[in-house]
Amino acid sequence: MATTDTTAAGVTSGDVKARLNDPALLKRRYAAERRFQAYGLIALAIAMAFLVILFTSIITKGWSAFLQSYYTLEVQLPESEFKDSDGNITDRSIRLASYNNIARTALIETLGIEKPTRKQKREMREMFSRGIDLQIRQKIFDDRSVIGTTIPIDLIASGNVDSLLKGSIDRAVPEARRQLNDEQIAWIDKLVADGKLEKRFNWGIFQFGASSQPETAGLYVAVIGSFFMMLTVVLLAVPIGVAAAAYLEEFAPKNRFTDLIEVNINNLAAVPSIVFGLLGLAVFINFLGLPRSASLVGGLVLSLMTLPTVIIATRAAIRAVPPSIREAALGVGASKMQTLFHHVLPLALPGILTGTIIGLVQALGETAPLLMIGMVAFVVDAPSTPLEPATALPVQIYMWANEAERGFVERTMGATMVLLVFLFVMNATAVYLRRKFERKW
Amino acid sequence: MSTTLIILALLIAGIVAFIVGIAKARSASNTPDTKMHSRLGYYGAYAGIWTVLPALILVLAWAGAEKTLITGLVKAELPSSIQELSAPQQNLIMNQVNAIAAGLPRLSAEDYKEVERSRLGFSPMSNAQTLLQDKGVVLGSAPEPFLISAAYDTAEYRSLSRWIITGIAAVLAILGFLYAIARIRPRLKARNSVEGVVKGVLIAASTVAILTTIGIISSVLFETINFFQKVSLSNFFFGTVWDPRFSSVGRELSGAEGQFGLIPLLWGTMFISIVALLVAVPIGLYAAIYMSEYASSRFRGVAKPVLEVLAGIPTIVYGLFALITFGPFLRDVGELVGLSISASSVLTAGIVMGIMIIPFVSSLSDDIISSVPQALREGSYGLGATKSETIRKVVLPAALPGIVGAVMLAASRAIGETMIVVLAAGIAANLTLNPLEPVTTITVKIVSQLTGDLEFNSPQTLVAFALGLTLFVVTLALNIYALYIVRKYREQYE
Repeated sequence: MATTDTTAAGVTSGDVKARLNDPALLKRRYAAERRFQAYGLIALAIAMAFLVILFTSIITKGWSAFLQSYYTLEVQLPESEFKDSDGNITDRSIRLASYNNIARTALIETLGIEKPTRKQKREMREMFSRGIDLQIRQKIFDDRSVIGTTIPIDLIASGNVDSLLKGSIDRAVPEARRQLNDEQIAWIDKLVADGKLEKRFNWGIFQFGASSQPETAGLYVAVIGSFFMMLTVVLLAVPIGVAAAAYLEEFAPKNRFTDLIEVNINNLAAVPSIVFGLLGLAVFINFLGLPRSASLVGGLVLSLMTLPTVIIATRAAIRAVPPSIREAALGVGASKMQTLFHHVLPLALPGILTGTIIGLVQALGETAPLLMIGMVAFVVDAPSTPLEPATALPVQIYMWANEAERGFVERTMGATMVLLVFLFVMNATAVYLRRKFERKW
Repeated sequence: MSTTLIILALLIAGIVAFIVGIAKARSASNTPDTKMHSRLGYYGAYAGIWTVLPALILVLAWAGAEKTLITGLVKAELPSSIQELSAPQQNLIMNQVNAIAAGLPRLSAEDYKEVERSRLGFSPMSNAQTLLQDKGVVLGSAPEPFLISAAYDTAEYRSLSRWIITGIAAVLAILGFLYAIARIRPRLKARNSVEGVVKGVLIAASTVAILTTIGIISSVLFETINFFQKVSLSNFFFGTVWDPRFSSVGRELSGAEGQFGLIPLLWGTMFISIVALLVAVPIGLYAAIYMSEYASSRFRGVAKPVLEVLAGIPTIVYGLFALITFGPFLRDVGELVGLSISASSVLTAGIVMGIMIIPFVSSLSDDIISSVPQALREGSYGLGATKSETIRKVVLPAALPGIVGAVMLAASRAIGETMIVVLAAGIAANLTLNPLEPVTTITVKIVSQLTGDLEFNSPQTLVAFALGLTLFVVTLALNIYALYIVRKYREQYE
């Protein structure tokens, strides 16, 4: 055909004009154009698809962490259980009472078993969490008069019972390889049918500290630890960062010293976070002798890490305040310092706040430096001061991720959801502040 | 008084001085024709600063020096048998002394006497141990008398030092206050002085960045030097075997030194980073090109924040995803095609890390591509080039140096990344070219050598600092070079 001829001729003769007008070549070029554009879209699609996969995988694996199976049982608290050898009821004798017995008796009564065998008794004990001791004891310490009466208590079910109710234990598996035997499953089904055993919202995940059993492991210590750390960051990194940024933007002469500061800030922003952990370990713990695992040390390390972010954001916010504001203030007789504190900083405040929140978000999700300073501790009781041992939210996730039990996998993902919700709320606040106070000069 | 209490007291004194200063300034400006140099508040602040600042500086300096001073004094009085022990053993003893000294004030008067009696040998030492134990001082065995005496000395020096510093702080605060009040008169340039102090504070704040860098370098360097006193340089830098052994008592005697070869760790780090860059650079670059050259501003308004979300997700979450979802997924896919892929393979960690650094590549490349002058594009269009031809043949070559800088910044992120590899990469140090096998990285080893019980003198612990220094130097070099390239590139088009 004629067109192919021209193509061949165009190629050999090098006739540029003919080549450019060649419909086949044009077609190819346009196809290449569309392909190129498609690559861009595909790249974006991959990134977004990953985001979707990440969130769905976390949510599908993690939502069940917010449910926990509880027994609702009428628990008898006979006086005899709480008496010591002299027949007195003391704090000590209450602590030493056999709560397993009490819970088991309640279960036997509820199921209406006449004469339970030894084996049945053991199987029943396995169906309760070890955390029930604490639960019943707390009721008694709250109100001593319940001793000798029968009261309804919601008791935490064991991890295996919980897994069965959530459908992650397969009933079709042969009895020998199943965590719960047929008899236990029959009891569980009966209890569920009677409404004595049900899944409820798991407040425990926000109330408990570290535990070796998933059903009594919670984030309380981690949340408190993270809170103390964020407090330290707000109290240290923000004032120091804003002051440094104000000096560099408004006062600093252009000389070697200020150049050195600038280079330092830019490089610190890119230093791997784990190196800050090494700094914390060597300086705060070994040299200054601060306690290991303390949230104060974690807060100090995170403050140093967040400082460049706060400085850079604040400098940008201060730079965005137009010079006319400064000139007007100086013109009516304000000093440079008055101009800064009365006019520039208040106008830069939204930007500073946004930058601060972004720094906090970064600090809240940071794990590696905290591992270095020994925040990977088994802390059962919440710290009341920043000097006591604590963990942090991401560190708790890391610790749970290393546990093998099924219950911990779901809790790991649940904790991740909690962390992401915190980060989301903080980011949303930053965006809101930016939208609300953003000013075009 | 404790340091915190002294500081609180000083702050209260400062507030009082502030109020008095204002009152003094007001009474000085009573006559209608006097004109004060500064506003009243500045006179108050002037008085407050003179009251608080000198005393505060002294108190903080004292608090820093106190411990070393007292330890030195107490150490000098210990029996000579103790003086001959090695420094770490002495430290251990001093820790015990400090613990007992902290417990002593908590004893009741009667118990205190009992401890005193056992120190002098009138009653068994175990009595003192139980009494102290009740107050939360945990001692392994019955303390020797010299420990208790040293603890007495420590406690005594401590209370003496408290009295001295409280007294000096009070005197300084009062003197400062009187001086400032005496100076307040209409011609005093209070504002200038106050602003000078504020400026000093601002300068001090901006030097924190320098101090941090110095802190990082000196602390890591110091421990690294310690490490190289125990392990040879060639063992670390040229060794191909990583086998640090666990530190245990007697291990050094048996002569079984660990092997601390950096090369397998360095290779593992590079390998995972290369895989990550192979994922992140094409995706990030194409995304950046699409967003800066093709996308409508509405599309950009959606896509850009989504990419930023990727950057905002904590790395522990990526690590968890790699560990729980992606690793097993890859392994199953491998089984389907007949490949045996380890769940913690280079691919797992590399791909997930690649996704994490997409936003670092894309947002910086986006800026750089947007800053290529429009005239270059228009010239190309004028010659009849299509948009993609313009981008490939004109825009990208023009933006190349900047993009290289962006990729290097991303690479330094990948090298320093910790949590993804801690959770998803291997533990064994392999020198392998097979991306389906696990390798380990520098950061993984830093974490594993430093978590758990530490003994601060063993090379097993100190090696973490040598690894940290290596990491710091490598990332710093990459960053400085990348920032240099990016800056130079920007200047070219400005």
